[in-house]
Amino acid sequence: MTSPATTSPDSRLDALIEAHRHTPGGLLPLLHAVQEALGFVPPDAVPAIAKALNLSRAEVHGVISYYHFFRQSPPGRRVVQVCRAEACQACGAEGLLARASALLQCPSGQTRADGAVTLEPVYCLGLCATSPAIQIDDTLHARVSEAGLAALLADVAPQMEPAA
Amino acid sequence: MSITLYLPRDATALALGADGLATALQAQAAEQGLALTLVRNGSRGLFWLEPLIELQTPAGRVAHGPVTLADLPGLWLVWQQDAAGQAAQHPLRHGLTEQMPYLARQTRTSFARIGVTDPLSLADYEAHGGWVGLRAALAAEPAAIVQAITDSGLRGRGGAAFPAGIKWRTVAQANATQKYVVCNADEGDSGTFADRMVMEGDPYMLIEGMAIAALAVGATEGYVYIRSEYPHAVGVMQDAVARATAAGWLGNNIQGSGRGFVLHVRKAAGAYVCGEETALLESLEGKRGIVRAKPPLPALEGLFGLPTVINNVLTFAAAQQVMAQGPAAYQAYGTGRSRGTLPFQLAGNIARGGLVELPFGGTLRELVFDFGGGTRSGRPVKAIQVGGPLGAYVPESDWDLPLDYEAYAARGLVLGHGGIVVHDDTANLQQLARYAMEFCALESCGKCTPCRIGSTRGVEVIDRIAGPQSQRVAQVHLLRDLCQTMLHGSLCAMGGMTPYPVLSALQHYPQDFGLDASSAPAPAAVTSR
Repeated sequence: MTSPATTSPDSRLDALIEAHRHTPGGLLPLLHAVQEALGFVPPDAVPAIAKALNLSRAEVHGVISYYHFFRQSPPGRRVVQVCRAEACQACGAEGLLARASALLQCPSGQTRADGAVTLEPVYCLGLCATSPAIQIDDTLHARVSEAGLAALLADVAPQMEPAA
Repeated sequence: MSITLYLPRDATALALGADGLATALQAQAAEQGLALTLVRNGSRGLFWLEPLIELQTPAGRVAHGPVTLADLPGLWLVWQQDAAGQAAQHPLRHGLTEQMPYLARQTRTSFARIGVTDPLSLADYEAHGGWVGLRAALAAEPAAIVQAITDSGLRGRGGAAFPAGIKWRTVAQANATQKYVVCNADEGDSGTFADRMVMEGDPYMLIEGMAIAALAVGATEGYVYIRSEYPHAVGVMQDAVARATAAGWLGNNIQGSGRGFVLHVRKAAGAYVCGEETALLESLEGKRGIVRAKPPLPALEGLFGLPTVINNVLTFAAAQQVMAQGPAAYQAYGTGRSRGTLPFQLAGNIARGGLVELPFGGTLRELVFDFGGGTRSGRPVKAIQVGGPLGAYVPESDWDLPLDYEAYAARGLVLGHGGIVVHDDTANLQQLARYAMEFCALESCGKCTPCRIGSTRGVEVIDRIAGPQSQRVAQVHLLRDLCQTMLHGSLCAMGGMTPYPVLSALQHYPQDFGLDASSAPAPAAVTSR
C-alpha cells in the first residue's frame, strides 16, 4: 500500500482497474475498491473503468448511480448514519434522526457546507433487537438514547460559525 | 489462577461496547495477575443482555449481562468465586447460560454452535459436529444428496419457501459445463439478523452447506453475496473462506476427493431489491440490480446464464443439518408442510429481543410475550409486523395462529425470513403504511410500472387520506385499487408485497387513518398473488 500523498489518484485507479478487469462480473468489486481507496467514485474515473471493462460509460454510470452505497462526490470528513427502518422506528428512530440533524447542523441526506460531516438515513444495520442503531464512520452503536446520541456526536463535528 | 471468559464479536455486541470491554478485561486481568483466556465467540442471541460475558465454570458456562465497564470490578470477585466452584451472586449473573429459559426452551439446530464456539476456529467447528454433513455428502451419490434434502422437507428460508430439493434437482439435472451455487446473504429486511449471526458466528456452517449443494448439483464455483451494511460479516466470511480453503474444505480438491468447490465473497452495494434472487444475480454479474422476468428460472439460466442454485443463508445452514443428522431428524420438527425449525428474530420495541429458533407451529403470542416479554417501553403492544418490510401487520386476532407457511398464507400473512417487529401503542399505522410506500419508492428497481410509479402515488394518496375528511373515503378506495394493481402487476415481491403492510394497516387500524371501523375495507383484502 502506497501512501496517498505520493501516489496520484490516476495511478491508484489504474492499479485497481488492473486488479479487477479480469474478474467475472468485476464492476462492483472494482467500484468498491475505488471507493475504499478514494472515498468516492469520481465521475472522471468512469471513462477509464468503462474502457477497461469493455462497457459503455453510460453502463458504468448507471451502475454507480443505481446503488445507494456508491458516492459520486466526497462525503464529509465524518459520516453519521441513522437507521430509520421499522424496528428502529418502533424505538424512536425518527426523533433520533431529527435530533442528529439539529446537533450536527446538517440536514438528513446531505453533507454540511463546511464538509465536516455527512448525515444520512440508512435502512437497517441488522441490530434490530437493540434499536435504535446508528453508525459513525465504521463504528456501530445500538440502543442509542437521545442523551447517548448527544454524547456520541459531541466530538464528531465542531459547531459551524454562524453566517455573517 | 486462570479464568476463561467468552465475550461475543457479533456486531450487536460490538455496537454495545464489546471491544472496549475486551481491552479492559485483558488489562485488568494482567493487573491482578490472572491468566485470562478471552474467547471472542458469536452471540447467543440474547441481545437484550449484550454485551453478555460468559464465565467457564466446572458446572458449565455462566452468563453475565448486560455488562458495562463500570461493572467489571465487582464481576472479577464473582468470577473468581464462580471459577473456583463457590456459589456466587451478582445482579448481572444469570446462572448457567444453557439453563436460562430463553435458551432452554428453544430448539437450536442451525444455531446450535452459535455463541458456543470461536467462529473462526476450525478445531472448534470440527469438535462441535462440523464437516459431518460434508463428509457424508462426499461419500454419497449426488442424487442421494438431493433426495435427502427433498426428504427433509426443507423449504427456502429466504421468504419464498420454495422446496429446496426441487430447486437442487432442477440444477442437478441441467446440462452445462459450468454451474454455480450462490448464497443470498443480502439480508435487508428490517427486523432480521439471523443471516448476519450465522456469518459472524458460524461461518463454516454456511461454507459447508454451500459445498454440499455444490456436490449435489455438480457446481464447482460459488458466491456469497453479502450486503454492504454488514462489514463484520463480510470480514468473517472472507477470513473463513481463506481458512477453509487452506484446510482443504474448499478449493479444487476437497479433502482429496478429486472434487472441487471454489467460493468467493462478494459485497453488495446497498440496494434492497438485490435480495430478490434475479436482481442479485444481475448484481453479481456487475450490472444494475434489476429484476429479471421468470422463466427462465435461475436453476436453468442463472448466474452468467448458467444453471445456479441460489438459496438463503439459513437454507444452506439447514442443508448442513440435514446432511449431518439425516433428513428424518430434520423432518421430525415442524407442522404440516412446514418442516424443521425457523430462527425467529424478535426485534423493534421488545423487552427481550433476540434470536429464537423453534420448530414451525408455535404462535406469535408465545414469541412476543413468553420469549420477548412484551414491549421494551412497557406500553401495550399495538402492532406486530411479521416477515420484514413487505410483511403484513398481524392483528391480535391472529396472534394465536400456528406459525407455519400455509396457515399464515391462508390469512394473507407471510412468515418471510422470520423477522418480527413489535410496535407499542404510540405507533401510528398510517405513518407506517406511508413508510412502506416510501421505502418501495426508494428501493424499487424501476422495471415494473406499478412498483416504480405506484409506490410514489401511494405516498401521495396516503397523505391525502390524512388531509380533509371530505376526500377520505374516495382516497381509501383509490389506495386499495392501487394496491391491487401493485399486487398483480409486479414481477417480484418489492412491488407485489408492499401492499401487504399497507392494506393490513388499513384493515386492522382504520382509526389511524381517520376512519371509523365500519368504513374499513372488508377482511382478506390482501389476497394471495
